[in-house]
Order: sequence, then structure tokens, then C-alpha cells
Amino acid sequence: MLEIEDLHASVGDTEILRGLDLTVNPGEVHAIMGPNGSGKSTLAHVLAGRGNFDVTGQVHYDGHDLLVMSPEERAIAGVFLAFQHPIEIPGVGSLYFLRTALNSIRRGHSLDEVGPVEFLKLIEDKMALVEMDQSFMSRSVNEGFSGGEVKRNEILQMAVLEPSLAILDETDSGLDIDALRVVASGVNALRNEKRAMLVITHHQRLLDYIVPDRVHVLAAGRIVRVGGKELAISLEEHGYVDLGETARPDQPATIGTAT
Amino acid sequence: MSNSTNIAEFTGREYQYGFVTDLETDIVPRGLSEDVITLISTKKQEPEWLLEWRLRAYRHWCTLREPRWQNVTYEPIDYQDIIYYAAPKQKTSIASLDEVDPEVLAMFDKLGISLAEQERLSGVAVDAIVDSVSVATTFKERLADVGVIFCSFSEAVREHPELVRKYLGSVVPFRDNFFATLNSAVFTDGSFCYIPKGVHCPMELSTYFRINAADTGQFERTLIVAEDGASVSYLEGCTAPMRDENQLHAAVVELVALDNAQIKYSTVQNWYPGDAAGKGGIYNFVTKRGKCAGINSKISWTQVETGSAITWKYPGVVLQGDNSVGEFYSVAVSANHQQADTGTKMIHIGKNTRSTIVSKAISTGHGQNTYRGLVKILRSAEGARNHTQCDSLLIGTECGAHTFPYVEVKNSSAEVEHEASTSKVNEDQLFYCRQRGISEEEATSMIVNGFCREVFKELPMEFAIEAQRLLNVSLEGSVG
Repeated sequence: MLEIEDLHASVGDTEILRGLDLTVNPGEVHAIMGPNGSGKSTLAHVLAGRGNFDVTGQVHYDGHDLLVMSPEERAIAGVFLAFQHPIEIPGVGSLYFLRTALNSIRRGHSLDEVGPVEFLKLIEDKMALVEMDQSFMSRSVNEGFSGGEVKRNEILQMAVLEPSLAILDETDSGLDIDALRVVASGVNALRNEKRAMLVITHHQRLLDYIVPDRVHVLAAGRIVRVGGKELAISLEEHGYVDLGETARPDQPATIGTAT
Repeated sequence: MSNSTNIAEFTGREYQYGFVTDLETDIVPRGLSEDVITLISTKKQEPEWLLEWRLRAYRHWCTLREPRWQNVTYEPIDYQDIIYYAAPKQKTSIASLDEVDPEVLAMFDKLGISLAEQERLSGVAVDAIVDSVSVATTFKERLADVGVIFCSFSEAVREHPELVRKYLGSVVPFRDNFFATLNSAVFTDGSFCYIPKGVHCPMELSTYFRINAADTGQFERTLIVAEDGASVSYLEGCTAPMRDENQLHAAVVELVALDNAQIKYSTVQNWYPGDAAGKGGIYNFVTKRGKCAGINSKISWTQVETGSAITWKYPGVVLQGDNSVGEFYSVAVSANHQQADTGTKMIHIGKNTRSTIVSKAISTGHGQNTYRGLVKILRSAEGARNHTQCDSLLIGTECGAHTFPYVEVKNSSAEVEHEASTSKVNEDQLFYCRQRGISEEEATSMIVNGFCREVFKELPMEFAIEAQRLLNVSLEGSVG
């Protein structure tokens, strides 16, 4: 479903991804772990189509050449990014925003648009999934949301838009344990045999709740380790220091801390 | 409502109202003189006092020079090259819509404000003005039942001369400023609205102005009087056909609110802004002022300015009555080569008077947007309050936003607050929207509409939707 080959991404003279390879099959959940500055968020943004990187390499997704597509085309093709730092859009109602997004994607698939009344029914079910308060509907997108609310809002959007590839960028950062549980159970409810997920995290903690099929360790722009869930546990115990020769000496890996 | 359909609907569309209706027009000779003014007054069968008032204004105007302090640039206007009066020829006065010139009705259809439809569907009384003369007035009877007078200015002069004489020039005297003085001398028609004591006007009153004949300056005069405890909501919407010559629009609007009265005046202005290269378009030099003459009275201006080559206006409120309230909510868009120098004046005279100013300026293309506001607290205005918020949004790199807030405080008990911000449509916001499948153009429109929401929510519902559409049209092509 997702095949990344020799992916390089740089900003100006700084190369951040340095030949990354990764394959994700439908229904699989892959965790991407790694120290600060290893390129985890860059990978997420490059896949979502953020314009400020120079990118080379190949990314095939569901028969598409992902790298030539605009962000909105990728979204229509089923790529969803749960942002690490979701942005506020003052004056734009959350409900209206989400319905516009859903209908944009539906139009992309030549499906009928969902009307306001129908949408209200749809969203109520999805809101229950992430325990989102009713007041959400009347508030502007992410404006004045707490740290937990912005993250739940990301998962809510994912639940409504039903992507085939969900990329969760540090979704656990800034969450207390209760909020983490809510977010994780929302994510788990969305796991199915068709939907692939890329869970980017610093901490093994999240992976207690969202159990991955594979764990990849990213260091200095490359995947340096691949393993099962136990790899995450070993990283939690030993940190990222012992990543072998593949880590670049000029950019020493550091022990992961929450950002 | 769906922004997405709006975008699709308007994408790639030229100025939609750019057509000329072939009406047989009755015009006076080009240029301005006492003879021309007398001719206009005679054609309109006006009383002697009004002609005298016009002539005094004209004589005063001859001593004035055109102001140059505003932050806009334009070619000098040749006032002798303007036709000051043009009326579509009609044989007799009209009893019903059926008798209205079919060309006029067809033109309204094109504008999307078919009177018949308005009458049937919306319950909005429309006093439609085509080039200076009111051609049809609807819902008059229903308004008459509660004693509301809503008619053309000419009719008011004929039918209610005592009211017109009492209030004309009472808020904007004929000596007020160059353009108001010119208007006082040559105004041809406009709307008159009188709400008697204790009456809440049962419907929104609405006027669509339309400039049609070539080279015709439009000099409208609107007068709204709300007696003790009365209230009214009034909407003015404007469109003009596309022409190469610039056209001058110098209107005067006067509002009078007596004790406990409320007037809400909303404008949605989408006059022709000129083409993408800056050629053509309307000069909108308008004097609008309200007087809160009575205690606890309230006047609220809401304006959405998306049109005109040059917009130059400062709807203000004179807060004379104790505890009176003045409000100004504005969205001004300058796209392409449009220039806007707009804002408000709040003059606090009475005790505990309050004013609120919310100005949202959007610049894109080569557009230049200036907020200019005056908050004046006189010595008598014990306990006066003002809150001003000026936000500017820039789209692109060639446009500009400027803010000139003037504050004069003569009473130490006053509280005056001013907040200002300037921002650009944010890349992060755009990317967030696009990642959710929303196109760049729609995302921009959504962000800009969000920016304007505080003002749009002050508009009556159906006009808020119209305002959003206009905004989307104005912003076409500002992205990418």
C-alpha cells in the first residue's frame, strides 16, 4: 500500500531524510520511533505534501506517485496527518470546517455531499468515540482548545474522514494519562484490515495502548532498526544512544524527551 | 450554506453586474451651474425653500477646494463634465409593479433582486432606485399600517415636506465637506424613512442603488428618522455596470435617533472596482453620519465594502444623548488596484456614552487599505467609553494596510481602548486545511471569512450570506 524508496528531504543545505525505505501493508500499524532531530516529523510532513522541502526518491501509495500530488489530492487519495501542533483557525466553526473537508474528499470521489443535518448525526457518533464535548460544535477550529482537546479533535477528524493511511505525528505529546487512553482507544476503534497507520512517537508509552505490528527506529534520516513491539520496550530501557554505527557521528543521537 | 459551492459558482467570473440597460433617459445638460440646479429642482417640482437650500450649498461649494488629505490617489475630477440629473422616462406614476418598464425589471432580474420575487419571497420592502429616480416602492401599505413612512426622497419632499425640512441637513449640514456640499446642491433622489414613536419597524428596509446611465454622477440623499422608542433596521446594497470612465458617487446619509430609539444601518457595497489593471471603477466618496439625539438611543453602522475603485467614507455617530451607544462594524476589501480609506468618527458629547469600533481590512493584489478613525470625547462626556479593534489581513506581497487612529479626549473620566493587529494568511493554516482535502482557494476563502466573522454576524442573515459571496468573488485569483 505504501512503499517508500530511498527518500531524501532537505531544507536549504540541511538534509533531514537521507535515504529512507519503508513498506506498510493494509491493516498494519507501524511505529516510527527515534530521537529528536532524527526526521520523524519531516517524514510525516513530506508524506502529507508540505511544500517547504526539497524531496527526491519514490513514494508509491495505492497506485499513486504520491510525491507529484498536491496536499489536497493526497487527502482525497486517503492520506491523513494527525498534526503534532494543530493550528487555530479563528472564526471558522469546527463543525463547518469538518463538513467542508468531508465534502471536499467526497467530491474528489464523485460522491454526493453530506448535508448539514445528516452531518450532525454522523458527527455525534464520532464525537462519542473520543469523548468530545458538545460545545466543540460551536467553537472555532482548535481555538482555545486544551492540549488534550486539540489531539482528540485530530482523531475525531480522522474518524470522520476515514482515511486509508493515517499518520499520527506525536499524538501522545502533551497528553496526560487519561487523555492518552481516550485518544488511543479512539485510534484503536479505527483500526481495521484495510487501514494502515504510521504512529510517530518518542515514547514506548503510547505503544502500550496502540500496539504496533512493526517498530522502526529512525536516526539521522534513515531507518536503523526494525523489530516488533519488544524493540520499543528495549528502547525505553536503553535509550537511543546504542543505535550502532548507522547513527551519524556528527549528529549524536540523544535520549528522547517529550517535546 | 456552503462556501465550496460559492467558490465554484464564482470562479472565473467577470464582474457579474457589468451590463447596460437601454433605457430612454431624460437628462439635463452636462456641467454644473445655478441654472442646472434650478432646472433639477423645477423638474422635481420642489418647493422654494429646497431650491434655496440647494443654491446656498452650491454657492458655498464654489468657495471650497477638493480635499487631498486622504490616502488614495486618482485623476482630478472634472465637475463640469458630469451630467447631474438623469431619470428614466416614464409616462405616468406607477400603481403596481406591472406598470414598471420591463427593461427595468429585466435589469433587476439580472441583478438577482427581482422586485416581484423580493415581494413574494423575502418580505423585504425594496425602494429601488435606477439613476436618481425611484421606480417602484413595495410593501408601502403594510408599512403605512403601522405609520412607517418609507418612500423616495422626492416623494417625501412632496408628501411630508415638514419632516424633510425639519431634519434635512440636521446631521450633515450643507457646509459639512466638499462632497456633502456638492450633494446638497445637486442631489436628485434617495430614500426617506420615518419611524413614528414607539414603533418597531415590522420588516427590514432595503434599498438597492444602481448607477446606469453613462457619465452620470450619482448624488443620493438618505434620511432616516426614528422617533422616541422606535427602531428600524435598514440595508443598502449597491451594484453598478462596468464602464471605462470612472464614475463619481457622492451620497449623503443622515440618521436621527431620538430618545430610546435604535437605528441599524447595514451596507453591502460591491460597486464596480475597476478591472485587474486598475482601469475604470466607481469613486465612492460618501458622507454618512448618525446622530443619537436622544437619551439611551443607539445607532449601529455595519458595512461590507468589496467594491469601488476608491472607497472614501467614515460613517460616524454623534453621541449627544446621555447613555447613547454608537457602533461601527466594517469589512473593507481592496483587491487588484482598489483603494480604500475608510473608518469612522465617534463623537462623544453626552454622559456615559459608549462606542464600539471593529474594523477588518483585507488587502490583496495591489490593494491599499487604510483605516482612519476619530474618537472624540468632549468635556461634557462624563464616563464615556470607547473600544476600538482594527485588524488587517494581507494576502500576497504587493498590497498594503495602514492605520490612522485619532483619539481626542477632553474628559479625564473617559476610557478609550485601541487594539490593532496585522497578519498574513498563514501557511500553516492553509496547509492544515489542504491536508484535510480542502483546496487552496477554498481554504483561503474560509480563513478570510473566519477573520470577518465578528462583522458578518452583525448583518441580517440573508445579507451575511450575500456578503460572504461577495468576499469570495473579490478574492478570486488572490491565491497561487
